[in-house]
Amino acid sequence: MITKTPKLNRRSFVIGSAAVGAGLALGLKIPFGASVVRAQDGSPEVTAWVVIRPDDTVVIRIARSEMGQGTLTGLAQMVAEELECDWSKVKTEYPTPGQSVKRKRAWGDFSTGGSRGIRDSHQYVREGGATARIMLVQAAANAWNVPVSECSAANSVITHKPSGRKTTYGKVAEAAAKLTPPEKPALKDPTEWKLIGKSVKRLDTMDKLTGAQVYGFDMKLPGMLNAAIKDCPVFGGKIKSYEAAKVTGMPGVRHVVKVGESGVAVVADTWWQAKTALDALPIVWDEGENAKVSSASIAAMLKEGLDADQAFVANQNGDVKAAIAGAAKKIEAVYAYPFQNHAPMEPMNATAKYTPDRCEVWVPTQNGEAAFAATLAASGLPADKCEVYKIHLGGGFGRRGAFHDYVTQAVLIAKQMPGTPVKLLWTREEDMLHGRYHPVMQCKLVGAFDSSNTLTGLHMRLSGQSILSDVRPEALQNGKDPLVFQGLNPSGDFGIGYTVPNLLIDHAMRNTHVPPGFWRGVNINQNAIFLECFMDEMAHAAGQDALEFRRKLMSKHPKHLAVLNAVADRAGWGKPAPQGVYRGLAQMMSFGSYVAACAEISVKDGDKVKIHRIVAATDCGYAVNPAQIERQIAGSFVYGLSGLFMEECTVKDGHIEQTNFNVYDSMRIAQMPKVESIIMPSGGFWGGVGEPTICVAAPAVLNAFFAATGKRIRTVPLKNHGITLV
Amino acid sequence: MARLTINGKTQEISVDPNTPLLWAIREQVGLTGTKYGCGIAQCGACTVHLDGAAVRSCVMPVAAAEGKKITTIEGLANGSALSKVQKAWLDHEVPQCGYCQSGMIMAVAALLKEKPKPTDADIDARITNICRCGTFQQVRQAIHAAAKA
Repeated sequence: MITKTPKLNRRSFVIGSAAVGAGLALGLKIPFGASVVRAQDGSPEVTAWVVIRPDDTVVIRIARSEMGQGTLTGLAQMVAEELECDWSKVKTEYPTPGQSVKRKRAWGDFSTGGSRGIRDSHQYVREGGATARIMLVQAAANAWNVPVSECSAANSVITHKPSGRKTTYGKVAEAAAKLTPPEKPALKDPTEWKLIGKSVKRLDTMDKLTGAQVYGFDMKLPGMLNAAIKDCPVFGGKIKSYEAAKVTGMPGVRHVVKVGESGVAVVADTWWQAKTALDALPIVWDEGENAKVSSASIAAMLKEGLDADQAFVANQNGDVKAAIAGAAKKIEAVYAYPFQNHAPMEPMNATAKYTPDRCEVWVPTQNGEAAFAATLAASGLPADKCEVYKIHLGGGFGRRGAFHDYVTQAVLIAKQMPGTPVKLLWTREEDMLHGRYHPVMQCKLVGAFDSSNTLTGLHMRLSGQSILSDVRPEALQNGKDPLVFQGLNPSGDFGIGYTVPNLLIDHAMRNTHVPPGFWRGVNINQNAIFLECFMDEMAHAAGQDALEFRRKLMSKHPKHLAVLNAVADRAGWGKPAPQGVYRGLAQMMSFGSYVAACAEISVKDGDKVKIHRIVAATDCGYAVNPAQIERQIAGSFVYGLSGLFMEECTVKDGHIEQTNFNVYDSMRIAQMPKVESIIMPSGGFWGGVGEPTICVAAPAVLNAFFAATGKRIRTVPLKNHGITLV
Repeated sequence: MARLTINGKTQEISVDPNTPLLWAIREQVGLTGTKYGCGIAQCGACTVHLDGAAVRSCVMPVAAAEGKKITTIEGLANGSALSKVQKAWLDHEVPQCGYCQSGMIMAVAALLKEKPKPTDADIDARITNICRCGTFQQVRQAIHAAAKA
């Protein structure tokens, strides 16, 4: 079975309501039937999630975006489980954001970030499948004039048990689509699952092997021109002037246009021509006040926050000040985490076509609805005159979710040449200079002990950027950014796994002009390093084993403890490691999942680190497709360890200094450790998969580095310490 | 103008001879399986074969490829029959987002041609493509599987 991404000419896969009679779609919550909503090929929708063709092909709608994480396959498994359809006949397609608006969000949230693809939609997508199955079986029962209770469905075949009559979904779909959907379909008990929990093959592999997969970057439309852009390198700066006349005569150049207040684009027949002319275009920037900012000035501002009186409190019990003041022994450490760019392999791009009556955008996006909103705003057209088509992503990692600056730019360019489709593609350099960076953060930790080396208090003071204050200020809670404390909260999806008698975790918000964003894992990357490396420091100060020290604090956190124990057992913690190999541990909870890692490394010449193996465990509640979870764990380690060892975006004169992979490196296969995954779903909750594990690799490696060398490394990336990954 | 032989087909294209081969393949020839990732031969997403050897096409002027046999990802399979590398990639479900995989597969196919049974050290030395999704564990398994196929 081969599943295609939406075809580029699929302007609207649902035929307008006028064509089929009464207006409303036969979606989940729509309480009446009679009219049939059809897919573009005329096949009936049984529910908003399920279209069945006469040849029994099952088309499952997927609202979230596939960007490599496997959610397309996982979500299809969820629908198919309840639908009882033949998995080999499943195809998928994306509904469009414009259709979602027209149908009152029949497919729910499109946003694909925060590891929420499955954990936030498992209920309604399964109900979408179950509803369709109930309607299909009812339609068969009606046709046979038998009680529905005598009929059952399996593998896309409906059977009337007493008579042995059989029919297929494709044969009854038309009639089923006219029925009234049941109010609240019952879902299977997890013990009855046949498809959920099975490592079925991904639905989207084949085209990625032959060059046939169409990414946003590969868009082709008749008459399309190509645009290259430069935006002011200093965030907040503007364009002062540019000399278009110097490049308008260059080969292929059609237009030189201003894009908003801060950008200029060259539009040409080919992108290479556009880029070549843009490189030759003299541009004068008005960089503004932010041009005075540097990494050093930002670091100084954060350092001040480490001891500031005012801070937002997220987790507090007891009296930490008294505990520290009365401590028999205390230790203190300051950690820091840098700006990092997402650098997905496919640079930002979007294709737009504008006329005064219609604006269409083709874009690789993690959130079709947000791309749609950006299209509306930039075009100035109402929702019924806009449409966004999601095209496959060459990586997202959070860059393509909340931010659609490239969509805005593409529409602003297209608006200046109505009727002509324009594909805007950023260079890697533009991508590096205009990211939405991993927030910069420092952390001061103080641990207090009594005379018997028992931990009596812990103060963790974060100082640095808030993503929400920049991106979604309405989500702040009386000024506090709750997201800063991911993994450190008293409880919930980001709950800390330790009970400390006197605890204070607070945040001095120190924002910069460098725009922060959601970088795979978001704030758990630094929080896990801060907490889990300092746990090691405290265990060492107390003269205790790192595992035993943690265990004493974890008795009230059995799920956190279970994953930690699992990696310790598998790795052989407490038993001798191979000659020259040292181990480090870390655990964390985030995005609803419990994760832990044990890293095994060796260090040559004091600074050449070889990671031999990382044993990783996750309890994500339910594991929909274990093979894909394994890939997410190992893949997240590549992203996270690239960040740990190699990646930092520094600021000079207000702009980011790193422009490409030669100075912003990424792990290669030679540096890849063996990753052993322990997937241990304990049931009863739905945790995320794409992000949680990323955060435990770095502290586990750092703790192993201390075990190997006696050196604590407290600032990222390790290249700044002369440490390389070999 | 340039005269290119791509995937067994020779064609004249109208292009500035300094244009990187990558962009000529994508924009003049119209084969979009070969990707742009960095433009400075760092990431390998643009890897194609020139007379059977892997090259990073983003820094090679199209003029330098004239008279040579160019193979892109679209030309690796024999019709609908996947090459053994592609088959191994399918069996091991290597791709995640897949964007880097055209270049990764081309680099591996060239390696296997030269070293039919590569060791892990051979792989480490020769496969230096960037994959931000982090598919390396499956890439290594699939290379060994392809070598045995």
